[in-house]
Amino acid sequence: MTPEETKALEKRIHAYVGRDLGPPKRAHDDVSTAMIRHWAEVIGDANPAYTDTEFAAQSTKGGLIAPPAMLQAWSLDGYPMADPSRENADVKREMDDVFDEYGFTGALGTNCRSEYFRDLKPGDQVWAHTVIGSISEQKATARGISYFVETVTKFTNQRQEDVGRLTFRVLKFIPQDQPAASAESDASAPKAATRIASPRGHDNKWWWDAVDEGRVLIQRCKNCETLRHPPRPMCGECQSVEWDSIESTLDGEVLSFTHLHHPKFPGYPSPLICGVIKLAEGTNIVSNLVGCEPEAVHIGMKVKGKVERVDDETVLPQFYPC
Amino acid sequence: MSTGTLNYESVEVGDKLPSVDIEITPALIIAGAVASRDFTPAHHDSKAAQAAGLPDIYMNIVTSNGLMGRFVTDWSGPDATLREIDIRLGAPNLPGMVMTISGEVKAKQDDDSVVEVEVVGENNVWGMHMSGTVRVALPQEN
Repeated sequence: MTPEETKALEKRIHAYVGRDLGPPKRAHDDVSTAMIRHWAEVIGDANPAYTDTEFAAQSTKGGLIAPPAMLQAWSLDGYPMADPSRENADVKREMDDVFDEYGFTGALGTNCRSEYFRDLKPGDQVWAHTVIGSISEQKATARGISYFVETVTKFTNQRQEDVGRLTFRVLKFIPQDQPAASAESDASAPKAATRIASPRGHDNKWWWDAVDEGRVLIQRCKNCETLRHPPRPMCGECQSVEWDSIESTLDGEVLSFTHLHHPKFPGYPSPLICGVIKLAEGTNIVSNLVGCEPEAVHIGMKVKGKVERVDDETVLPQFYPC
Repeated sequence: MSTGTLNYESVEVGDKLPSVDIEITPALIIAGAVASRDFTPAHHDSKAAQAAGLPDIYMNIVTSNGLMGRFVTDWSGPDATLREIDIRLGAPNLPGMVMTISGEVKAKQDDDSVVEVEVVGENNVWGMHMSGTVRVALPQEN
């Protein structure tokens, strides 16, 4: 966007700040026990203040109340929203059209703040009044050039008492070129992330294959019987390339460790503690410490390893305090 | 749920709420949208969700808020009063995912006996779905 285009866009969109989407509008439905029960049933909310008349009557509420989080449900337009070609001729549509003109067709909800001032009771009317609250200056975000647009909806009842306020912030952005959507070809649900797969090459595949079978092996020089780990082709002591292996008892102690705080990696547990374990056989192994609070881990801590399935794709040794 | 309610004095900053796993199914996404009167196509029509760049239908905000509110009042008890749910929105919840909601008491406001709970809803595929603060007023002792 040129600076001139930016100036022209901003002049036009800022004209909408402070304007309302129409006068306060009464919700299609008054607060009702049926809608409350149906909503609470889906959410799995067994709060008796919402559905148990006797309980509610003797509670501090004095009677049944609507779940506060349901506040918007009374005012939403309902089934007509399912028609994507539905024309919504209001001030917000006008403003969105201006954004569209300049290529800002992307929209992503970023923040939602719901304040609850007063309980709604069955029979109450709900009135909603929405104002375009603010538009940020132009921002550079992960989505590209963007603007944050905030709308504020005030909810009142039949006595014009404040019931709640919803402040909703949306990021408007110019969508960047997407690679051809794989959505059409991949009908399966996104899968839970798994750990990074072990790289298995000529020198170490045998070691990882044994882990898959539940055994942690330690490479041993056939010539001088020196143990070594990680696996490699030649003995550092005598340069023999002949080797075999022994199985570790996985008894050990912590030589060093790190508690990784940030960031969290998809597929990895949190807390995540990575340690160098000195095995009883004399070699060291890098592995995770589990089964205790991070604060309990210390240098010299005695541990016992187990080979375990840690996700759908991965089997690993991990170490527990003795 | 038990019908006892925590009183303000018994809650301490640092108290952790028992976390809950929510299985995200097509039924939950669609029924949640319908029960909140939100017929936006992306919540019930996978083709519409795909046109918006996602592989499948996704949960609407009223449902997400509802789960957050339930999470806190399941812990507090029914005589509590939800005052605010203030959240940042992250990755959407799609069918097949599991969302784990966890929370911790972050602050107490003595003048109106309101407890501030930091809540996080993370799904097991894309991570943070929503995170923020729920403020709930608790009854005082006696």
